[in-house]
Amino acid sequence: MIGKGILQGLGVTFRHFMDTYLEDIRAGKKRYRTADGIAARRSADTRGIFTIQYPEEKMPVPELFRYVPILLYEEDENGEKEYRCTACGICSKVCPPQCIWIVRTVNPETGRPLPNPEEFYVDIDICMNCGFCEEFCPFDAIKMDHDYELSNYNRFENHIIDLEGLGRPISYYAGIKPGIFAEEEAARAQKKAEKAAKAEKKDK
Amino acid sequence: MSEEKPVGELPVVLEEANLNPVEIVYNWGRRNSVWPLMFGLACCAIEMICTAASRFDFSRFGMEVMRASPRQADLIIIAGTVTKKMTPQIVRLYNQMAEPKYVVAMGSCACGGGPFKEGYSVVSGIDRYLPVDVYIPGCPPTPQSLLQGLIMLQEKFDKQPFKSMPWYQKAPIDPVPVPVLGPDLMDIRRIEDMKIHMTRLGKASTAAVGLEEGSGS
Amino acid sequence: MTEANIRSSAVSESFIDHFPQGWLSLDDRDGYQGYIIEKDHLLEFARRLRDEHGYDYLSSITGVDYFPEDRMEVVYHVYKSTGGSGIEFKVVTGRDNPEVTSLVSLYDGANFQEREIWDLLGIWFEDHPDPRRILTWEGFAGHPLRKDWTEPYFEEDFKPFDSRWPEGRPERSEATNPFGDNVQFKDPFDPETWVYEGDDQVYEALRNEYSTKDEDLDVEQFIVNMGPQHPSTHGVFRMVVLLDGETIVGLKPVFGYLHRNHEKIGERNTFLQNMPFTDRLDYITSLSNNLGYALAVEKLTEVHPPERAEYIRVIMAELTRIINHLVAIGFLLNDLGAFFTPNLYGLEERELILDIFEAVTGSRMMCNYLRFGGVAHDVSSDHLKQINALVSERLPRKLEDFDKYLTGNEILRSRCEGVGVLTPEDALRLSVTGPLLRASGVPYDIRRADPYSIYDRFEFDVAWNVHGDTYDRFLVRLEEIRQSIRIIKQALRDIPDGPIQTGKVQHQARVPAGESYGRIESPKGELGYYIVSNKKPNPLRYHVRAPSLINLSALEIMCRNQKIADAVVILGSIDITLGEVDR
Repeated sequence: MIGKGILQGLGVTFRHFMDTYLEDIRAGKKRYRTADGIAARRSADTRGIFTIQYPEEKMPVPELFRYVPILLYEEDENGEKEYRCTACGICSKVCPPQCIWIVRTVNPETGRPLPNPEEFYVDIDICMNCGFCEEFCPFDAIKMDHDYELSNYNRFENHIIDLEGLGRPISYYAGIKPGIFAEEEAARAQKKAEKAAKAEKKDK
Repeated sequence: MSEEKPVGELPVVLEEANLNPVEIVYNWGRRNSVWPLMFGLACCAIEMICTAASRFDFSRFGMEVMRASPRQADLIIIAGTVTKKMTPQIVRLYNQMAEPKYVVAMGSCACGGGPFKEGYSVVSGIDRYLPVDVYIPGCPPTPQSLLQGLIMLQEKFDKQPFKSMPWYQKAPIDPVPVPVLGPDLMDIRRIEDMKIHMTRLGKASTAAVGLEEGSGS
Repeated sequence: MTEANIRSSAVSESFIDHFPQGWLSLDDRDGYQGYIIEKDHLLEFARRLRDEHGYDYLSSITGVDYFPEDRMEVVYHVYKSTGGSGIEFKVVTGRDNPEVTSLVSLYDGANFQEREIWDLLGIWFEDHPDPRRILTWEGFAGHPLRKDWTEPYFEEDFKPFDSRWPEGRPERSEATNPFGDNVQFKDPFDPETWVYEGDDQVYEALRNEYSTKDEDLDVEQFIVNMGPQHPSTHGVFRMVVLLDGETIVGLKPVFGYLHRNHEKIGERNTFLQNMPFTDRLDYITSLSNNLGYALAVEKLTEVHPPERAEYIRVIMAELTRIINHLVAIGFLLNDLGAFFTPNLYGLEERELILDIFEAVTGSRMMCNYLRFGGVAHDVSSDHLKQINALVSERLPRKLEDFDKYLTGNEILRSRCEGVGVLTPEDALRLSVTGPLLRASGVPYDIRRADPYSIYDRFEFDVAWNVHGDTYDRFLVRLEEIRQSIRIIKQALRDIPDGPIQTGKVQHQARVPAGESYGRIESPKGELGYYIVSNKKPNPLRYHVRAPSLINLSALEIMCRNQKIADAVVILGSIDITLGEVDR
């Protein structure tokens, strides 16, 4: 019969169209604006409306998600920030478009370098979100953030981020990447224990 | 850090503008029906297509259709790397758009050259030629990031009073001069600088020749 | 993967004896393969290789600038269309006014590649029918890939730059340039009277090649530009078309609108830093690009990934093939006028697969996942379950849907059958690869003809068809999705536990000296990476053999005598991505 292909196609589109209403009725109120609803619309057996309605529903990002870099610091009781970064420079060497600038602190009296960054800049106009800086940092100091809401009106003020702008407390990092944070803390603790055991052996 | 000045005027953003009801309704109508131009350059264009597709639908925000012709579009989303060969066409497209028109620079490449900035055929940011309203960094920005940028653009619409709208002013709106593809990309607005540079080059080459002649004789 | 595949060419002393004395010599530099041919006998040698020995498929031509040794080389890779590893041969020429004979008379696929070598390196090809610049524009000053040509924002020869640490105060590159912009003018000229002649040259070339003068009627044939901005979603690509009414008499593609100097940046990067840049070549299939590059470098370092990593690589590569074909079919139907519906259905499936990529690699599109000797992150059993759910249940069901509403659709059939026919002889001569070649009747798939990674362990069919028109290409792509699903099921069944990386990833990888050509069957065709290393942390030469660029050589011949409305459809069926064409 002529037109059979077209009619079959129209049948498929009609079924998709009816599904958008039927699925809503079937799932009820829980379908929108709940975490379960979002997860259901991302699973392999989703039918009906596929839209995740930003900004009311924000799709959660996985732990490995990478956007722009941040530097981690520990905050003590006085509010002093102790950055984990030791200004070793590996991240700036491995960065493919070379968007990291680091000035290492120099002891003013002896002139010898100190393991602290005096200044640290990342130019996000050049950053390609590759994650190499996070992958090769030996001190777990620079990490990739999950925050993707970075639009602004003026790039000359906002797109070269300095040390203040890059700093985040470690509690923030533990909040966004709990699984990876737990693994890293376990590895750090083990390294510390091994070091302590070696030092004890040496003393003996 | 060195002093920075973009080429061309930055658009004016008024912080606390008290708008009268007519302006509020006018802006409400405009901000809920922005039609983007169907224009994608590189990888960010694929994320823009994903934003237009069913998961992150941007027709929920009024960007119902992507118009193919610049005459019918309100917004040009520069999604992708701006190269020198393409710049004359982008400027022509911008000139052909009718007021009110807006520009969104999506992705690191359109904001400031991106990872390819060090190359010889990439323009370091579209704001060298066009006035940009919203910058969206990322490589590529996820669709949710693009949607946040577009919401910021809509908020900008909300704050514009009539006296800041260039299409209601008496002065004519000059089109952006189209750059020319010479031995390297030539910006017509900088032609005086180029002429000075050429005379300097010419002097340098004659000086070298003079030196040879002098040493020869 | 057998030992024979590690070295890509069949080098033997006896092969040299087939040719007159003095023509050929073995390339015996450390780490190099292939033959060096005398410049004067190049054309005759290539003709004998094609006609007498059966090497009828020219895969890639690369130019290399050996600046300190004051010479340049042009490297050719040829293969047999019946399969197997091929032959590599080189021609050596000097650096001042280098000239080489063009091979366009034997292989039409050499056309664009030789124009690119002229554009970027300055090697002139004699008897080339259309010697114009291709990626930069007419009038551009200099040949950018030469080692003594520096770009306007040039900082240092090799990365990492010393200016970033330990005294790194950021300075935007604009501040150091006299114009405050990415431009440089080295030779004096008059900026006010300069006229850009590139467009006129294209129009003239088009008229000279295709214009037919009818003796009786005074018929005017006019030129129409389609692009670079156009409603079809293929990117910034321009077709200059010579029309006689509505029929296309001739066509010339113009590209270079997305030339992002990938190869020049590649020479400044270290080997590892190139990995995220390869993501951005064919931005829809970033994991395939990573795979090709990792294979090329692993051929030089001879570090092989462990078993689990190999299976993960295959799963990711096949998922990328599914994504690419869904997008290709969607965009083809968009061009046909099925405004967005099949596109949206395909993109829905793509989003579900992108969720997996985001969970495993960290990013939806720019995955940057492979490392030399393995992969970056492990795949957990939850992820494997997610992939299994997609592959065993949802994707086959959706493919049946596609079949139901597209394959039998009368409008699709009448617009696609018989449109844009490519004969198998033309296809091989034009160096076309991928679904385009297989739909024309030549079942050449690198996964079967010259297997890489662990593809020889999987059972799958090569999808091919005989008519060579747009409808066949559509059917071949649908069939390839089915075969990819089959491969993923086998990989999920057989994946072992174990480490995912051989050794530790070094950020300054030391690669031994030599050259290597790593080729894979990417969803668009043969993707090849030609790398030359001279023991430094940065490659000496890094060239990408882009399938979309070479497949575009077939556009002219397919569009002749078709209607103008079909030109967009034919372009859609070739499935190009501009990031790869222009690099």
